[in-house]
Amino acid sequence: MAGVVCAVFLLIHLIPGDPVEVMLGEAASPADREALGRTLGLDQPVLLQLADYLRGLFELDLGHSLHSRRPIAVMLAERLPATLELSAAALLVAMLLAFPLGILAAVRQGTSWDVAAMSFSVLGVSIPNFVMGPVLILLFSVGLGWFPVSGRDAPGSLVLPALTLGTAMAAILSRMMRSALLEVLNEEYIRTARAKGLRERDVVLRHALPNAMLPVATVLGLQLGTLLGGAVITEMVFAWPGIGQLTVESIQRRDYPVVQACVMLISLAYVTVNALTDLLYAWLDPRLRLGDAR
Amino acid sequence: MRRGLLPLTIFLAWGLLAVLAPVLPLTPGRIDLPHLLEGPGAGAWLGYDELGRPLGDRLLVGASTSFLVALWVVGASLLAGSLIGVFSGLAGAGLDHVLVRVMDIFLAFPGILLAIALAGILGPGIENVVFALTAVGWVGFARLARAQTLVLKEREHVQAALALGARLPRIVLRHLAPLLAAPLIVEATFAAAAIVVAEAGLSFLGLGVQPPEPSWGSMIRDGTRYMLVAPHLVIVPGTALMLVVLAVNLLGDRLRDHLDVRHKVP
Repeated sequence: MAGVVCAVFLLIHLIPGDPVEVMLGEAASPADREALGRTLGLDQPVLLQLADYLRGLFELDLGHSLHSRRPIAVMLAERLPATLELSAAALLVAMLLAFPLGILAAVRQGTSWDVAAMSFSVLGVSIPNFVMGPVLILLFSVGLGWFPVSGRDAPGSLVLPALTLGTAMAAILSRMMRSALLEVLNEEYIRTARAKGLRERDVVLRHALPNAMLPVATVLGLQLGTLLGGAVITEMVFAWPGIGQLTVESIQRRDYPVVQACVMLISLAYVTVNALTDLLYAWLDPRLRLGDAR
Repeated sequence: MRRGLLPLTIFLAWGLLAVLAPVLPLTPGRIDLPHLLEGPGAGAWLGYDELGRPLGDRLLVGASTSFLVALWVVGASLLAGSLIGVFSGLAGAGLDHVLVRVMDIFLAFPGILLAIALAGILGPGIENVVFALTAVGWVGFARLARAQTLVLKEREHVQAALALGARLPRIVLRHLAPLLAAPLIVEATFAAAAIVVAEAGLSFLGLGVQPPEPSWGSMIRDGTRYMLVAPHLVIVPGTALMLVVLAVNLLGDRLRDHLDVRHKVP
């Protein structure tokens, strides 16, 4: 985590491009420039700036926006609920779509069900969010008038962005589900269960599925991580007021401290989710349970 | 018809367009105001955009942009990534450890976010897009090359070459590279698909190719503003993008089965 924080900081500070120049314009006097540089702490050595920044992080003080002069921590806190809401909804859509599809494809392997589910998967991977989004808007907002086009004010406005993100995730997830389940279904204990005369439904849902969930959980974790950051484009398409939109707005305004905080927040969320996935993995798989080894 | 034929055709057409676009009589910048936002018709086979420019011509030039970006990024990432990966795999524990940590830090970012941040800070422009995407892209290749090298260097023919006193470049080029090639090529195919999407994504956000130069991503972004009156502005580049990515992904699938990189799912 510390590595990520330092990497983001250095990345933003070592890359050429002078925020002072951008803020004051080319015609600014050298004295003005120096004054602004000093208030921003830019006259200090980079490592000293980094140390200052880290100290600020511990106190949850992320500095102020260059553009609006507001504290960045407050700006992030305003945007966070929207992103979390969207992530949760997208995850739900993805699971609702991917689990039945993947299970169906595995159980009916080789049939047209399988082919249909996997075609959906390839198609879903190949349609980028910024194509899917407008097409959904065209169909459901403009064509049918069911949902609002963008924003987060109307009650139905969550549906389309969640659908956009969710279907893209479901495409990868259902493929993973299928291959994991197929692998498990070839195991001997499944044969035993079948030989016992259990119903096929019980064999699949109670014996095979729990074990097939392991790799699926890993992918799910990775995807949730990407969701928190990968939603950048989808948030822009739907004008969804989340962290992603804030990131792009700040990039356009050259508001470096805010960009830095956004990137840091998203990366930290990503790392945390991945770490949690590892824990979940251990919980799901008794073989990996820590401290259980007598 | 063989299953790989259609994707291959699309892919080849895309590559051919990229090469031919500069010599074709295309006028992506010609402005024809009377036909503003008009759908497909006699004058322009795919209609006109919001400034009255022919959409078809812009689409073709955009195809060449996305192909060139994908080519450069995949080439550079493949080269840098596999060199670093092989080096890391062959180097002793200490250096290997450091390189793995560096890769881990890169992997700790969601890829597209790092590219967005880099492209945003470097400023818009096609070179910066290539740089940003390469900075994100090399890690995948490096990890794969390292993992493969770790396995391959225990193989008998490599050990034999070492025992015979062959020098490192020779071992890498003649004993490792042929065996590394297959998985790396498959990885490169999937990476190409991802990069086409990423380039269009950056351009969509306004961080990539700059106007008036056409790019599929920026065409889609401009199109979304006129979606109510002229949906073809989004649908045309969107479909092109989807077809290319789909074709490249399918090609990757076929290639993987053909080269038997990972064992097929039973």
